Amino acid sequence: MRVLHQLLQLRHMREFNVLIALILMGLLISLFTPYFLTVSNLMGVSRAFSLTAIMSIGMVMVIITGGIDLSVGSAMGLAGLITALCFDAGYSQYAAVAAGLGVGLAFGLTNGLLITAIGLPPFIATLGTLSIGRGLMYMITHGVPLTPETPDSFSFLGQGYVGPVPVPVVILLVLTLIFTVIMTRTRFGRHVYATGGNENAARLSGVKVQRVKLAVYVLSSTISALAGVIAFSRYLSAEPASGFGSELEVIAAAAIGGASLAGGIGSVLGAVIGAALIGEIANGVVLLNINTYAQQAITGGVILIAVSLDVLRNRMGGRG
Amino acid sequence: MKPFLEMIGISKTFPGVKALDHVDLHLNSGEVHVLAGENGAGKSTLMKIMTGVLRADPGGEIRVEGEPVVIKNPVHARSLGISIIYQELAVVNNLTVAENVFLAREPLLPTGLIDRTKMNADTRAVLHELGVEIDPEAMVGTLSIGQRQLIEIARAISYNSKLIIMDEPTASLSHHEASTLLRMSRKLAAQGVGIVFISHKLEEIFEIADRVTVLRDGRTVDTRPVSEMTSDLLVRLMVDRELDQLFGHHISHATDEVLMSVRNLTEKRVKDEGVFVRDVDFDLRRGEVLGFFGLVGAGRTEVMEMIFGSRPHSGEISINGKPARISSPSDAIEHGLGFVTEDRQSRGLVLGMSVRENFSLTHLSDYCSLDFVNRRKETAACADYIRALGIKTPSPEQKVLNLSGGNQQKVVLAKWAARRPQILIVDEPTRGIDIGAKAEVHTLLGKMAEEGMSIIVVSSDLPEILAISDRVIVLKEGKISGELTRENATQESVMLAATG
Repeated sequence: MRVLHQLLQLRHMREFNVLIALILMGLLISLFTPYFLTVSNLMGVSRAFSLTAIMSIGMVMVIITGGIDLSVGSAMGLAGLITALCFDAGYSQYAAVAAGLGVGLAFGLTNGLLITAIGLPPFIATLGTLSIGRGLMYMITHGVPLTPETPDSFSFLGQGYVGPVPVPVVILLVLTLIFTVIMTRTRFGRHVYATGGNENAARLSGVKVQRVKLAVYVLSSTISALAGVIAFSRYLSAEPASGFGSELEVIAAAAIGGASLAGGIGSVLGAVIGAALIGEIANGVVLLNINTYAQQAITGGVILIAVSLDVLRNRMGGRG
Repeated sequence: MKPFLEMIGISKTFPGVKALDHVDLHLNSGEVHVLAGENGAGKSTLMKIMTGVLRADPGGEIRVEGEPVVIKNPVHARSLGISIIYQELAVVNNLTVAENVFLAREPLLPTGLIDRTKMNADTRAVLHELGVEIDPEAMVGTLSIGQRQLIEIARAISYNSKLIIMDEPTASLSHHEASTLLRMSRKLAAQGVGIVFISHKLEEIFEIADRVTVLRDGRTVDTRPVSEMTSDLLVRLMVDRELDQLFGHHISHATDEVLMSVRNLTEKRVKDEGVFVRDVDFDLRRGEVLGFFGLVGAGRTEVMEMIFGSRPHSGEISINGKPARISSPSDAIEHGLGFVTEDRQSRGLVLGMSVRENFSLTHLSDYCSLDFVNRRKETAACADYIRALGIKTPSPEQKVLNLSGGNQQKVVLAKWAARRPQILIVDEPTRGIDIGAKAEVHTLLGKMAEEGMSIIVVSSDLPEILAISDRVIVLKEGKISGELTRENATQESVMLAATG
């Protein structure tokens, strides 16, 4: 009884809608193909969406403060490239990874200071750094992928397994757990929600809202840089176009997961499940031999349906 | 003279409140008719009925030029010749003057494009008629507040309005701008337009009015020509009533120890608009309840925002004898201040958050070890305050969005009371809440003073100020215009300092 009761409580969770959608979509795909619901396929799918999901963790925190970070794809791509450059120049793998993450830190500080110190709208600030990042990547690579020598231990990050689970998925799970705890159990998390919920009220209550905003942009870029390092470790090739356009998929994941672009509402778990749903659709399209060009259209439809349902549910006065 | 608009036996009931109770009002063409009364007397409701924003209860009658009408909506009111100029300006700052005047009824060329030449010429003609020199092609955002108000008047005239209602039009104007506006209103009246002028400023009322109607508690108290009115009589008509028995006895807990002293507090202005607060000096004693009174636009809230670090200022503030540098709300909070803001919905609460989360936002670190919130401790403390303040909520997890105004206000008070500031500023603590909740809020403030907290109460509700303050400071046009001890503070003396 108690278990049943607790299960029923789950439907009050914000993530409930998207979780149900994920399960229904999985069942739907399984009706048409026996290859979907296998351990190896599911692990492959998870590895495929893990990078988007990792980046969506940072993005959802930014969105909860009422902001947006368009530069995540550039931070990811440039971080991978700088890591590759370090290997190329003969630095140790630790130095290379640190340099990659350092790129993220620099992106985040730039975004955060443009937004808090100068007062640029987040959309504009991060649009600018997005372009700068892309430009830098083409300037550095001249459009040619970089494939330096790397030690085997480094490729474990992107290619390895823990039991049956790919390492990027393990990293995703750990980050999801850590940031869920931060957002729901710590003072910082509470301040993030308060800043997005009502910035004036938060500031007048003593919340240092500018500091909170700076922190979420730094986290978002650094997490994206980590995704970039993992991507490089997986392919061992730094592509000039790596990460391009991924910001849209990452924002979509957060929105499908229930985050409100007006701020104050959203969750890390929701965003990660949102990314999983997008990954699942991509996989389904391939398995069912649907024209792959249709994938984007289907994802777009899912975004609209998911967010519309969420809006309608809130209008009906249900608990958000 | 035949009245243009007659309102006979108009009542309006809101859930739980009778805002208007058989109000009669006759407005003539060509006269300036001042509507006076305290906040909450029913002036706004009456205006909203005149302009079709609200419908009166059945039973009353409205006649325009002798014909009974039902004013359906603001567009209908305008077609009847009734326009209103609201206190908060309804102009679009990034359009030109002419574009504003002709907004949504732009003159068109045969091609369907806007006829700019005609629009600018017509605007220039209307402005000329008003006797003001404003370029029709200037961006409205570049104009002063006073000029923007004149543009609204120009718009009203270009509708061929026969009655123009002005809701405290001078509240945020400089002295010079205000006198231009008054001159303009007299001129319009001379041309046969009826003007309804809402104002709290005595000087102005006597300068401009032909007749004055006083509203009090939703009733018409008196209408008479201004020649038969005196300042004393007007003030008495506006405020005369028994002090509410609900509020019990006043006990002072004020000590002689000066807790905070403010010297030469002056606003650092970015734009030259609104009231300019300057040279504010006062002391606050430990355990004292200090009232701040003033009319709308006198600068009360601005003073408090400066003290709390959310508005740029110069001058010295010292607390416990030590100079305090306060340049942000978090600085102020570190120095032991708390601020219950005037507008609880937009500045006091995060509406989408629960009672618990709003409650603890001011003092979350009390429940934290490292950075982790101990939710059990937090919930327990919140539950204590819910009980102590009688906040009606099903649980601490309820979103404050779903609470009534009075209960929301108690949540704001709770979040500051729990922080235990030395000095608590409360701005309009009982606006928009019912009389029972109001008495409870007053009791709570008294209790906090008894525990040694110093409290600054800002209110435009004069009986409230008189009921709970140990001392009253009166602001007028950005400066202190009077300081009254509890013994000397009466409705008349305070009102006189605020208006005289």
